[in-house]
Amino acid sequence: MRSQALRAAGALVALAVVVVAVNVFSHGSFLTPGNLTNVLRQITYNAILAVGQTFVIITAGIDLSVGSLIELTGVVMAGFANAVPLGGVPLVAATLLVGLAVGCGAGFINAVPVVRLNLPPFITTLAMMLMARGLAFKLAHGRPIAVESSAFDTLGTGFLFEGPLHAIGLPGIPIAVLWMAAVVIGFAILLTRTRFGRYVFAIGGNEEAARLAGIDVGRVKTLVYVISGGCAAVAGLLLMARFQSGSPNTGIGSELQSIAAVVVGGTSLMGGRGSVVSTFFGALLIGLLNNVMNLLGIESYTQDIVLGAVILVAVIVDELRKRYLRGA
Amino acid sequence: MSGIVKTFPGVKALDGVSFDVRRGEVHALVGENGAGKSTLMKTLAGAYRADGGTIAIDGKTVTIDGPRAAEAFGIGMIYQEFNLVPDLTVAENVLLGHEPVRRGFLDERAALARASEAMADLGVALPLERKARSLSVAQQQLVEIAKALLRKARLIVMDEPTAALTEREIDALFALIGTLKRQGVAFVYISHRLEELPRISDRITVIRDGKTIETRATADLAADEMIRLMVGRPVDAHFPALPPVAPDAPVVLDVRGLAAHGGVPVRDVSFAVRAGEIVGLAGLVGAGRTDIVRAIAGADVPSAGSIAVAGRPVAVRSPHSAIEAGIALITEDRKAQGLVLGMSVRANTTLAHLDKFERRGFIDRTAEERTTQSEIDELRIRTPNAEQIVRNLSGGNQQKVVLAKWLIGEAKVYLFDEPTRGIDVGAKAEIYALMLSLLERGAAIVMVSSELPEVLGMSHRVLVVREGSIRADLARAQATPERVIAIAAGAAA
Repeated sequence: MRSQALRAAGALVALAVVVVAVNVFSHGSFLTPGNLTNVLRQITYNAILAVGQTFVIITAGIDLSVGSLIELTGVVMAGFANAVPLGGVPLVAATLLVGLAVGCGAGFINAVPVVRLNLPPFITTLAMMLMARGLAFKLAHGRPIAVESSAFDTLGTGFLFEGPLHAIGLPGIPIAVLWMAAVVIGFAILLTRTRFGRYVFAIGGNEEAARLAGIDVGRVKTLVYVISGGCAAVAGLLLMARFQSGSPNTGIGSELQSIAAVVVGGTSLMGGRGSVVSTFFGALLIGLLNNVMNLLGIESYTQDIVLGAVILVAVIVDELRKRYLRGA
Repeated sequence: MSGIVKTFPGVKALDGVSFDVRRGEVHALVGENGAGKSTLMKTLAGAYRADGGTIAIDGKTVTIDGPRAAEAFGIGMIYQEFNLVPDLTVAENVLLGHEPVRRGFLDERAALARASEAMADLGVALPLERKARSLSVAQQQLVEIAKALLRKARLIVMDEPTAALTEREIDALFALIGTLKRQGVAFVYISHRLEELPRISDRITVIRDGKTIETRATADLAADEMIRLMVGRPVDAHFPALPPVAPDAPVVLDVRGLAAHGGVPVRDVSFAVRAGEIVGLAGLVGAGRTDIVRAIAGADVPSAGSIAVAGRPVAVRSPHSAIEAGIALITEDRKAQGLVLGMSVRANTTLAHLDKFERRGFIDRTAEERTTQSEIDELRIRTPNAEQIVRNLSGGNQQKVVLAKWLIGEAKVYLFDEPTRGIDVGAKAEIYALMLSLLERGAAIVMVSSELPEVLGMSHRVLVVREGSIRADLARAQATPERVIAIAAGAAA
C-alpha cells in the first residue's frame, strides 16, 4: 500500500515538474485557461471517432473507414443543409439525422461481409474508406461545400456559460466539448452497464464461447460497426459546423489518429479488453502532446516522430504491466 | 527420465514420474486422461521444462530446454494433432527447418532428392509434390515419421497414432514400426486403445495422477489388470450410487433421425432420455460423440431430424434457440468454448442468462454478484472473489465456473461433454455429486466421456457411438468394458 502511494506521489511530482517546465519554456502560454480549453476543443473530433473505434477494437476488429466517413457525412450534411428550407435547431437536428443515416448505413455495410462471410474487417473497412472518400469528392466536385445557414454557428464556435465564466477569467465551455462529453459518458455507460456492452467484451474475449452462450454474435458485431459509423457522423457534423463547410479531405489520417487514441488508452488490439474513458484520456494525451510541441515551436515532422514513439512506448508499457500482473 | 516433477498453477501434473526406454523397444505409456502422459512427453520433447527430476540419454544426464535441444538429442515427437504446414508440399514439410541451401538459395533439386531418400528409407511411396492438406490422415502421419527420421531421431514419441486410422492403415503402421525397431529406433507409444498394445508394445508403463504406478513386460500385464492399475480403484468404487430412474418418468429429451455435418458427420441418431436419467455416450476419439451433442445444442446446426424437449418439438437453429428450449451444453474444451478467460467469474457465470439480470436496460450488478456468490458457495469454487479473472483459476475451478454458467439457467437437458477432463479427483467427485442433484431436479443428462470407467460408472444407459451413429444401446448391467470397447472399435455389433 505504502509503496503504491509513494509511486503515485512520485508520478504526480514528475507530472508537475513537466507541466511547470513546459509552461516556463513556452513563456507561460501552456497553463492558461484559454489554451487548455483549446486543447479540449481540438481533441473533440478524434475523441468521438475513437469512442466508436473502441467498440470495434474490443471485438477484435478495426474500422479504417471512419476518416473518410467524416468527409462523406460532412459533404452530405452540408449539401442537405443548403437544400432544405429549415433553420435554427430543427435544421441542425435534421442534418444530424441525415448524417447519422449515412454514417450508420456505411457502418452496416462494413459489417455485412465481416459477419456473413467472416472476412477480415481490415479489408472491408479499407474498401469503405476508399469508396466513401471517392464518393465525397464526387458529391462535392472536389472542393468544400460552404454551409449557407448560420444555424450551425453555435455548434461550431459557441460557448456555454460564456458570461459568468468570463467574469472569473475563463473562456466558457465550447459547445462541441459538451457534445464530446455526452458521447464519451453515454457510450461509457453503454459499454460497462448494459447487456450489449458485456457481449462486446465477451465476443472480443472468446467469440466461440460467446456464440455457445446463446449470444447473437452477428447482431452485436454489426451494431459495433454501426456505432463507429455513427460516431464518425457526429464528428463530421462538429467539423462541418466548425469550418462552415463540408469538405472531402478533412478526414485523411483521422482513422489512424483514432486507433492511436484507443491504443494509447490501453485497449488491446487483440480484443476483449478496453474502456471508453481510457480512450478519452488517450485522445487527451495525444492532444496535449501536440499542443505542447506546438507551443515549444517543434516543427511538425519532429512532432510525428515523437507521437509515433509515444504510441510505441504506451503499448510496450501496457504489455510489460500485463506480464508483471500475470507473474505476480 | 526419473523423478520428473511438473507443477502448473494449482495442479501438480507430474509428481515424480520415472520411466526408461531401451534401444529398439516400443514402450507403451497408458493412463487415464489427465494422468500426466502428455505432460510427461511434452517435457521430454522440450515443450515444457520440468521443475524437478533428471533426464538421461545413453547414461548421460542432459538438459532439454527447448524443442531444438530435444531434436538434437534424437527425440522426435508426433503429436495427435500433426504439426504439418498444410499448404507446403510433402517434401517441404519433411525438410522444414533443414532445407538444403546452395549459395544462399534453396536448392530444390537436393531437397527433392533428400525427401525421396527419406521416403525410400521408410519403404513408402508418397507424392512429394502434393500439398500436405490433400493427404489422408495416415499419409500425414507418414510424413511426420519421415520428418522425425530425417532429423536422426532415435526415439519417436507417438501420441494416439491409431485414433483416426482404418484397420488396414493400422496394420501398415505397425509393420513400419516393426521395421524401424529392428533398425534400433525406440518408440514411446501412447494409446487409449488398450487392445492393440499386445500387438505392438514390448513393455507397458502405467501412470496415474502424475506418478509411475507400474512398468511391466506386455506379456505379463493382462488387460483387466492394466485397467485396474490405471484407475487405481475397482472400477465402480469412486462413483456415487445413481438413483434408479422411475419407470414412469417422463421423456425429457427425444432425438429422432438427427443428422449434422459439423466435424464427424452425424447420421440417423435417435434416442430418448427420461427425467432423472444419465445416458452415457461411449466411443473412441473421433467417433462423433461430441458432434452428436453439439448438434442437439445447436452448436452445429442439424441438417435433418427432430428434437423434442419435455414433449415439445424444438427447432434448433442456433445455440440461442437450444438454450431457450432448456438445453445446456457444457463443452469439452472449456478454454476454447466454455469460458471467456479474460473476464471475471461473475461475467462468465451470468453470460448465457444476462437477460435475467437486466433492469430497465441496465445490468443489475448487485443481483449478478449475489447469484455468482451463491454459485461460488454452492459449487465450492476456489476463488478469492467473484471479480477474479477466470484465467487465474485452476482447471477444476474453471470447469465449475462453466457449470455455474449453465446451472443458473435451470435447463431441462444437460449435455456434458468430457465433464471431468483434466481436473483432479476431488473436483471430479464434486461434479458427479452435482450431476446427481440435477437428476433430483428432474433434469435429463447426456454425458460424453473418453474415460470408460466414468461412462460405465455414471450412466443408467450407455450408447456406443462409432462413425457418427449409435451402434448399441446398453443397459448399465450389460455394459461391460470389454463389450463397449469391442463395439466402439468395430469388432462386435
